[in-house]
Amino acid sequence: MKKLLLSLGVIGTFAIYGLSQQSSPELAMMPVPTTGPSPVPDNSGSAATPAPTSGQSSSQPVPTVPPVTGGQYKNGQYTGSVADAYYGNIQVKAIITNGLISDVQFLQYPNDRRTSIMINTQAMPLLRSEAITAQSANVDIISGATDSSQAFVESLGSALAQAK
Amino acid sequence: MDMPVVVEVVDDKVRQEDIEKIFEYFKYIDDKFSTFKEDSEITRINRGEIKRESSSNDMQEVLRLCDETEAETDGYFTMHRGEKLDPLGLVKGWAIWKAAGQLKDMGYKKYYVDAGGDIQTAGRKWRVGIRNPFNRNENVRIVEVDGQGVATSGTYIRGQHVVNPKKLDEPITEIVSLSVIGPNIYEADRMATAAFAMGKLGIGFISKLKGFEGYMISKDGVATFTPGWEKYAIH
Repeated sequence: MKKLLLSLGVIGTFAIYGLSQQSSPELAMMPVPTTGPSPVPDNSGSAATPAPTSGQSSSQPVPTVPPVTGGQYKNGQYTGSVADAYYGNIQVKAIITNGLISDVQFLQYPNDRRTSIMINTQAMPLLRSEAITAQSANVDIISGATDSSQAFVESLGSALAQAK
Repeated sequence: MDMPVVVEVVDDKVRQEDIEKIFEYFKYIDDKFSTFKEDSEITRINRGEIKRESSSNDMQEVLRLCDETEAETDGYFTMHRGEKLDPLGLVKGWAIWKAAGQLKDMGYKKYYVDAGGDIQTAGRKWRVGIRNPFNRNENVRIVEVDGQGVATSGTYIRGQHVVNPKKLDEPITEIVSLSVIGPNIYEADRMATAAFAMGKLGIGFISKLKGFEGYMISKDGVATFTPGWEKYAIH
């Protein structure tokens, strides 16, 4: 009798776990409290040691994106900075509807045509999280994405910063 | 490949002509695999001028590895872009790994090879900064690796399109950067490519891979990283 009750209890526990996973699909994370420097500072005031990069340097200061913790964006249209993609400029406009990014349009692209892109949102499993912060220590090498990706994200980031 | 290549060898004796051979190798790779070159082998395959089965050994090896990776990642890595083949998301890491192997065969012990921000290290601890995707003059994390590969996937812009291999008309913008530390750069690069295509779920994919750690940055500047990332992180 005891054995049967125990195994029913175990089955019950797994069933409850399964159900709760289905009903709460949002991001479940352990936020890491950030000590030390505050969120990534504006480039114009930064005292960070410039590290050798293998990519193109920016010719104008680019505002960094302040971390968003739970807030939504303000509705509207926000034009990002013009960012150097090495073979030309990229500039995007972000459109916020109902507090979410509903569209991102290219205003400038090296061959000057325009397009718009749609956004995906997805959920995710248990992992650690933090707001990104600038690290000023010296490095030997830098890992990053391509010049066009960097420029796209810089322009998008400045558009989103205005929408906050 | 048409991206900055940095090779640093810190052994006591380094011959310049050996380093030149590595740069020549990357030119060879670019001439063969660049989809932007009109007369590259891959472009000729895509135009139907060469059959895959008759292509060079290196081409066949890369295409075979792309097929394997596609199967292993449920299609989140794919070299198929419409009707054409584009192995960029794998060939970059593969070529860097091969180049590092050439340095090893030449007898060198302490070096790294960095092509476009994807890196293979060897022989000593190397400090690698993870670039802030929103500001190219800053690093957001610093890791120390010796023998591992570090790859960072970002939004893949092709023409004026931001590309998602899974849904060609719905590009990834929820995440802007995903850095992967793997046992070597070939592994790190192909898994970073596959993971980026999964959007925010990509870091979960990396967390399930044994021997890999990842650091993903969302469009809001929030980073999500695998539990073992901290063992490499010095800042």
